[in-house]
Amino acid sequence: MAEFLQFLFSGLTVGATYALVALGFAIIYNASGVINFAQGEFVMAGGMASAFLVAAGVPLPLAVITAVAAGVAIGVALEKFAIEPARGAPVVTLIIITIGASIAIRGVAQLLLGKQFHTVPPFTGDHPIVIGGATILPQSLWVLGASIAVVIGLSAFFSRSKLGKAMLATANNRHAAQLVGINVRFILLLSFGLSALLGAVAGVLISPITLTSYDVGIMVGLKGFAAAMLGGLGNGVGAIAGGLLLGLAEALGAGYLSSAYKDVIAFVIILAVLVFMPGGLFGKVSAERV
Amino acid sequence: MGRALTLFRHRHGGLAVLALVIALLPLSLPNRYFYDVAILMGLNAIVCVGLNLLIGFAGQISLGHAGFFGLGAYASAILSTNYGWPSVVALIAAAALVGVLALALGRPILRLKGHYLAMATLGLGIIIAVVIATEERLTGGPDGMSVAPLVLFGVALQGERVWYWLVGALLLGTVWLAFNLIDSPLGRALRAIHGSEVAAEAMGIDIARAKLLIFVVSAILAALAGSLTAHYAGFITPGKVGFLHSIELVTMVVLGGMASTYGAVAGAAILTALPQLLTVFKDYESLVFGVVLMATMIFMPRGLVPTLARLMGRRT
Repeated sequence: MAEFLQFLFSGLTVGATYALVALGFAIIYNASGVINFAQGEFVMAGGMASAFLVAAGVPLPLAVITAVAAGVAIGVALEKFAIEPARGAPVVTLIIITIGASIAIRGVAQLLLGKQFHTVPPFTGDHPIVIGGATILPQSLWVLGASIAVVIGLSAFFSRSKLGKAMLATANNRHAAQLVGINVRFILLLSFGLSALLGAVAGVLISPITLTSYDVGIMVGLKGFAAAMLGGLGNGVGAIAGGLLLGLAEALGAGYLSSAYKDVIAFVIILAVLVFMPGGLFGKVSAERV
Repeated sequence: MGRALTLFRHRHGGLAVLALVIALLPLSLPNRYFYDVAILMGLNAIVCVGLNLLIGFAGQISLGHAGFFGLGAYASAILSTNYGWPSVVALIAAAALVGVLALALGRPILRLKGHYLAMATLGLGIIIAVVIATEERLTGGPDGMSVAPLVLFGVALQGERVWYWLVGALLLGTVWLAFNLIDSPLGRALRAIHGSEVAAEAMGIDIARAKLLIFVVSAILAALAGSLTAHYAGFITPGKVGFLHSIELVTMVVLGGMASTYGAVAGAAILTALPQLLTVFKDYESLVFGVVLMATMIFMPRGLVPTLARLMGRRT
């Protein structure tokens, strides 16, 4: 039982970061139809910037806030200087542009901070807390708590604020949204900023546990994408469920079956789900109009 | 009729130009290093011509073709090196194995659409990569394994010059095959599917069969290029099987221009050569590479060859 709890804690912690990244994929996909392959780089940027700032002597809270702001700035710049100039290009072209951007962002990180691993100190100490025989790091609680707070904030933003509703309207029907006076170009910019925010938050939260380096974004981005697809692309609830499920599948698979094959286990589950539910767990299968 | 005739001439003209480029290129290749790059270009081009049939013509994305490439490479390597099979037999067996696998897995996977298909092929590629990197006894694990040379008619093929002509001839053959496929009933069916699956189905096209066939063809071409790469280099590591290599292959196709066979060749050649050229930038290498890729796609959103073809068409 203690063992199971241990796997559960680690699965939920990693799953929460996957969920934040998956939400980022969903937001950009809804606004533009694009799968943003640079999503993982926002996570890397958040973690690396906070590591750099802490090492430079900046107090941790300030470093965290600045690192998240830096992540958002990268997201906004990506939309402004790479996606907007290519307006009207086929979706697959836009996707390749985000791949180019992710390579360039990794290049900059490597240039500024080198190839070695960097550490970020945990927010509130590293004395494990014992629950039911299993231990959990205080940083894991930070990851879970902050992720829940972000999700609540996000759902309030989408259901309460005018801007959030405008984003939903744009996702639903871009032309209709434009017709009722929504500035869809600004919405696109906002969606990149918002999803970079989610990625950078995930990055600063998880880095004290997993360490960070210039290339961590590749794997995190991949898992976030998988989580978003597992839940159903463009579906917020699906992204969160997909992230948590993927984290749990990995942790339990690594714990009970084989740590070398944890990714295989996770992807076999995803393939099986997609074969039987071609729109993901929460996706709707829509009829194609001719 | 007139248009069809120009197309016909254009197509054979293109093949002749490609043959000429392959024949004359050695005149400007000063040493073995340049031959090496040219061979890698050709091998990547073979994969991309096949992948372009799937992505560009049928409109079905695959983010897992490095998996087929790697499976071909490793199957060929294991059969010839560990089990002592004649290398040509091993190569054919590897291609057949990958073909059967693609046939079996393609049926459920190709029912998925768009990004879900991308996800499924991505997952497939990663599963293959992890298995290859983990089964150390068979594959040598992350360190890779050495591969016996390719023996053709009792002669071991070694040296860049010999390989250059072999790869060049195979690339020509692949392009010729691609053109014939595109103009065959299957090719027309695929373009109809790209336009609208429902409309194609209503016209009586067996869309599942057509998609599956082209998926298998592209997987076999990837496996073949993988086997050849392994035998040529004499060594293979799991890096060539991974997710990043799959992405690289798709990038080659899109950069060159989707639904353009010469675009696939050009994209493969450019993205193979570019990192070699960029080594002069040392630490800035991946930054410059990323920026070049982004800029090309921003200014030529339909890819290099279609954009250039349109520019030339306007002038003449």
